[in-house]
Amino acid sequence: MENTELLKSGEFLVREVDPADVFIPEEYDEEQIMIAQTCKDFLEAEVYPKLEDLDKGDRELMKELLKKSGDLGLMGISVSEEYGGFGQSFVTQMLAAETIGAAYSFSVAFMAHCGIGTLPIMYYGNEDQRQRYVTKQATGELLGAYCLTEPGAGSDANSGKTNAVPSEDGSHYILNGQKMWITNGGFADTQTVFAKIENDRVLSAFIVDTDSEGVVVGPDEHKMGIKGSSTTQIYYNDVKVPAENLLGQRGQGFRIALSILHMGRIKLGANVLGASKKAITDSVRYANERKQFGTQIANFGAIKHKLAEMVIRTFAAESSIYRVSKDIDCLIEKYVAEGCDKGKASIDAIAHYAVEAAILKVYGSEMLDYVVDEAVQVHGGMGYSSEMDIERGYRDSRINRIFEGTNEINRILVVDTAMKRAKKGEYGLFEEAEKLAGNIAGIDVYKGGDDDFFTEKSGYIKNMKRTALLLLNAASTAYGRKLVHEQEILNNISDIIMEIYVAESTALRVKKIESLKGDAGIFRDILDVYVYNAVQDVRRSALDAVYSLDADNKDELVKAVSDLSEAAGVNVKACRRRIADKLIEDNEYKF
Amino acid sequence: MKILVCISNVPDTTTKIKFTGDNELDTTGIQWVINPWDELSLTRALELKDSNPGLIESVTVAHAGPASSEPTIRKALAIGADSAIRVNAEPLDAFFVAAQLEKVITEENFDIVLCGIESSDFNGSTVGGMLAEFLGYPSVSAVSGINIENEDIVIKREIDGGSELVSVPVPFVAIVQKGIAIEPRIAAMRGIMMARKKPIKVVEPADVNALTEVSSYEMPPEKEACKFIDPDNPEELIDILQNKEKLI
Repeated sequence: MENTELLKSGEFLVREVDPADVFIPEEYDEEQIMIAQTCKDFLEAEVYPKLEDLDKGDRELMKELLKKSGDLGLMGISVSEEYGGFGQSFVTQMLAAETIGAAYSFSVAFMAHCGIGTLPIMYYGNEDQRQRYVTKQATGELLGAYCLTEPGAGSDANSGKTNAVPSEDGSHYILNGQKMWITNGGFADTQTVFAKIENDRVLSAFIVDTDSEGVVVGPDEHKMGIKGSSTTQIYYNDVKVPAENLLGQRGQGFRIALSILHMGRIKLGANVLGASKKAITDSVRYANERKQFGTQIANFGAIKHKLAEMVIRTFAAESSIYRVSKDIDCLIEKYVAEGCDKGKASIDAIAHYAVEAAILKVYGSEMLDYVVDEAVQVHGGMGYSSEMDIERGYRDSRINRIFEGTNEINRILVVDTAMKRAKKGEYGLFEEAEKLAGNIAGIDVYKGGDDDFFTEKSGYIKNMKRTALLLLNAASTAYGRKLVHEQEILNNISDIIMEIYVAESTALRVKKIESLKGDAGIFRDILDVYVYNAVQDVRRSALDAVYSLDADNKDELVKAVSDLSEAAGVNVKACRRRIADKLIEDNEYKF
Repeated sequence: MKILVCISNVPDTTTKIKFTGDNELDTTGIQWVINPWDELSLTRALELKDSNPGLIESVTVAHAGPASSEPTIRKALAIGADSAIRVNAEPLDAFFVAAQLEKVITEENFDIVLCGIESSDFNGSTVGGMLAEFLGYPSVSAVSGINIENEDIVIKREIDGGSELVSVPVPFVAIVQKGIAIEPRIAAMRGIMMARKKPIKVVEPADVNALTEVSSYEMPPEKEACKFIDPDNPEELIDILQNKEKLI
């Protein structure tokens, strides 16, 4: 992998990738597996027996569990060794995030501390700030929170009104304002607070100790799900923040906020994966136990369909998540080799893959919502009962489409960021798109046929890429700079781009499994159904966009999109049954 | 004093056991773990070392098995064992394993030897007793607690209807059951990082033969379905117990 030029964010739309250059979960090393096992052992021993108490809002219990995870070193996985952590690779961080992701509210509190609570200081703090805060956050001695959102500043984060005024002697700032939806607000010791200094138009970031005079923490919000996670408002009334607690440079806050959100998004992708696997395991165990009409409900085709589809989407999300995680690791290595500080290298590498981060956030959160919804259905009436974990899983899933940037914002980001990167000259997105658009009737459409399995799948994925490029060109031509106001069309294109990345990642993984093991077996079924579904979904999104476009060559585009979304039929029932049968036999998610 | 914990490498206890067409264990997809009783023994050994730092010099694990079992050994090192010894051989039967462990213990002079009461795969329950006999050490069975009081070893063992405390001179073999530790210790991140650097000494096996050989395996019969009887119809239950099952 080291010898290959790294794929830039969004470049997958115009570049072919060799499976040998992609990391797949089947390649975890022994230490990574052991770290994941430790996370799992911790959840089973400490967290799962206390889920009900956590959901009753027992803050002391949540703090105690967070501290225990700190004692095991889990809070230091992402922190460099010189600041008391274990400096693990991004792939390992994501694997730990995935495993902890199966722990409902605990996962939210843990990830908020380890991610947005700790990493702003780890990545942007100076040496003194890292020593004072990060070394203690890495062990759980200090618990962290991230305070960006305000009553009038949600998705439009830069419009916040919280204000900081430097004191005359320059020794401190006086902070005033209000923040809301603060995860861990009820018990965090330290906060990263975003505020505008004086009349600045852009944000700055500060490290604020919760025990400072004038910091008032509101009561916990009553929420639909993640009830065990503390979510509060925080008020700042003439709070004196020492000048040395300004994080980064004055005016750098928005950049810090965005970079941390990229990181949060991608880690959310890993979290929902763990939650999804847990919901699938709960479902198949129930289906294997529950009898109706004299047989386990797992034997019914309708249930097998659900179980298989849950597995397929989860496997696909997993393929994508670890693919980009390794790309990030490679980019971090490159930056460090060029002389960059490890902290800065990490956040810059994560921020670089902004297109993929947004894809994983949206795809992952919607995948989990699908999975928990079907999981409740597999449980029947019991799925609606609070006695079952899946009832909690269903409620807890919903927030993932909202926080870390709503899916609506992230869908726009997918297209917008890819186009901006291309405009900067990082790759020839527009050149390729123009080439296709200039010869629509002569587009080289892959038509299937007698090719081998993987060539056929890759051919259909190429067709999807051509569809995306055609639409990007058509939409840009039709609307120019005003495209940003055509959110429905951007959503269509974004959905297509997401399907491309996830389908391609799945195909690359399955092909690599085959090259490693000789026979990809059941994984071929997963890919078969995934690509079959993706082609249909891309066709629908593409036609929705084309019919809505103000374009002169609409008919031509409709024909091209229709041709590009022709694919050979697949016996999806047989594939899904084989996938479900493996799940039923294993009685847990083991793919 | 030096403690040795003997560990077996067994399929995770939730594994669905399957056999190949040749009546061999199908190892596809099996997750291998430290035998649960051995893991509890290791946890207690580490607790003793933590609470008696001057007295307990080290905790070592020993395992008879091929190189493929090293992840399980490294897990023991990550949990906190100081070092490990692997006898490079397939564990053929209890006699063979006990003979291999005897060689290890004789060469390294351990004072406290802990063996799980059985392994969760073959459930033989014989290695600990055989090992003590080979070594000529006293052995204590059904051990549910080990404490050090004024440098004396006090062992709690389960007996019918209760328990007894016995003191035993070192060296000895304790055959350990549930209760020795509350929960197995979880490998901490620091332990996982340190496990890389801890030594696993690989020794060649003693020249002994197994005394037994597995001829074939049989799966237990499928559980019969549970019959539910309407609580408003106790006559049906009586009829089944009396006339069909002839139990009353």
